[in-house]
Amino acid sequence: MTVLTIKRRKKQRIRMSPSDIVFEVVNYTLLILLMVVTLYPFLNTLAVSFNDATDSLRGGIYLWPRKWTLENYKFVFEEATIFNATMISALRTVIGTVLTVFCSAMVAYTISRPEYVLRKFVTIAFILTMYVNGGLIPTYLLIRDLGLIGSFWVYIWPGLIGVFNLIIIRSFIENLPDNILESAKIDGAGDFRTFFHIVLPLCTPVLATVALFTGVWQWNSWFDVFLYNSSYEHLSTLQYELQKILQHSNASNRTVDFTAAGAQGGIGQVTPYAIRATMTIVASVPIIMVYPFLQKYFVKGMMVGGVKE
Amino acid sequence: MMDNNLLLTGMSVAAEQKPRGLKRFFKLLVQQRALVLMSIPFVVWLFIFKYLPLWGWTIAFQDFKPAKSFWEQEWVGFKHFAFLFNDDRFLLVLRNTIVMSLINLVLGFTTAITLALLLNEVRHLLFKRVVQTVSYLPHFLSWVVAVGIIQNVLAPDGIVNELLMRLGLIDSEILFMGKGEWFWGIYGASIVWKDVGWNTIVYLAAMTMIDPAQYEAAEIDGAGRFKKMWHITLPGIKPVIVVLLIMQIGYLLESGFEAQYLMMNGMNMDYSENLDIFVLKYGINQFNYSLSVAASMFKTVVSFILLFAANNIAKRLGEARLY
Repeated sequence: MTVLTIKRRKKQRIRMSPSDIVFEVVNYTLLILLMVVTLYPFLNTLAVSFNDATDSLRGGIYLWPRKWTLENYKFVFEEATIFNATMISALRTVIGTVLTVFCSAMVAYTISRPEYVLRKFVTIAFILTMYVNGGLIPTYLLIRDLGLIGSFWVYIWPGLIGVFNLIIIRSFIENLPDNILESAKIDGAGDFRTFFHIVLPLCTPVLATVALFTGVWQWNSWFDVFLYNSSYEHLSTLQYELQKILQHSNASNRTVDFTAAGAQGGIGQVTPYAIRATMTIVASVPIIMVYPFLQKYFVKGMMVGGVKE
Repeated sequence: MMDNNLLLTGMSVAAEQKPRGLKRFFKLLVQQRALVLMSIPFVVWLFIFKYLPLWGWTIAFQDFKPAKSFWEQEWVGFKHFAFLFNDDRFLLVLRNTIVMSLINLVLGFTTAITLALLLNEVRHLLFKRVVQTVSYLPHFLSWVVAVGIIQNVLAPDGIVNELLMRLGLIDSEILFMGKGEWFWGIYGASIVWKDVGWNTIVYLAAMTMIDPAQYEAAEIDGAGRFKKMWHITLPGIKPVIVVLLIMQIGYLLESGFEAQYLMMNGMNMDYSENLDIFVLKYGINQFNYSLSVAASMFKTVVSFILLFAANNIAKRLGEARLY
């Protein structure tokens, strides 16, 4: 029925009134403009990263490199600090995401069980942290006292479970058909078995969402590096290295960048402007490769989170 | 007598039930040990990482010296809070925080709702999907990357200056990041650029719940596209807008940190520095822990009250309107 009406409506749409045509033109123009504004700065950075570094300083690079080169990428990956930082970023993203997804799912499962005696206590303990937190200095002192400064694990433990993730996984489990979990119980499956063999596989869509959010957050983090590990270079991350370069050339233009490069000396053909562009691309490409494929999932996750929160 | 007896038995039942209830509780706890094992370690984690730092709030009432133990600290009462509210810098920072938060609120809502309305009118599904995917992109980029891109775009030889020059609107390049009074505008544009697409998700979801019969009825009445948008779609998502708006008011002192911190420089500091940066500056750079904690405690307490009130109002409205 509804499909038919929609089809009929579509056919009627062929003859549009003049005002509808105007609306359509304006709408499409605005949306295309939005896409241009969103994509242009990024594509421009991409072009600069593939363009000869000294040539880029002349300006006039828009969407396509003028003098193609892979030198910038070669430089970035051969630079030990940046390479190591990329590895640390990847490591914290993988370890952090796996642990967060697993632990969040486990806690979410327990607080989705209506018969669990501590359900209210655990739920409230987590929800409360959305409203109160110790703040920067007390947290810093705690991390210091725990001996986590100068350790890789400072990237993992403090943010292990997020309340938002917990809520969206719990809502997902609560919306699973009751009889699936019921029949598992009747078959004599304990909570561990139910969780590992039934809940985890069924929750793939919401876990994909949480994995995306966590992975992006881990990959993009720089503040905890700055705060806890800024004097431990072997634990630096890609975003933090990029942030340091940005801070150096703050509010300046390419010429200032260039003189700064000259002062540092020894950089040769590569300029900070080109390195910045190249590192920006390296720092964003993993995310750009992943999120479009998970769009279906995270849109659903956002809806659940938005309504149920 | 009878009454007395009843009362007594009633009391003894109540007295008996208490240990029985506790016993039952422990029995259940043992029975549900799997669930306990799966959750309690994380409650311990929560306690250590989220609740233990609250103890640090005591620092705000001391002249805190990191080298001394808790018992040796000198207690000074509300001295640091009094200092804050007489400090011009703090009041300036508070102003910046609230102004940027309001910019976030007003711009964030209007642009996201407008974009959602426009997207909802697109009949070409592939085009719609492409626009959505593209518009989500900046949300996933880190603020470090985003600020790098923004600085490039706004640089004296960046694309914005170039366009303005070519259009003849300006004679010489503008140093956007160097103009303090322009910071709020740049900040507003940046957050819209980064999150406008992302923020449409909830509204688009709400729009799919609107009964198509309403549109058909309006069509029969001769309503055009714009009229339908104004009289059906917008009222249809009004409950969601109201709830989100109220929730957002709870975040009045949370204007974000990364965008301001990364775009801040000596020339725009009077406009870009917000509460979080103030806390960081005093705490980490100047080692004035007590003042820093006092400022962040003030923020948390006010946020708590706002959030709690907002949550309750949203819940009440939500029950009346959403369900």
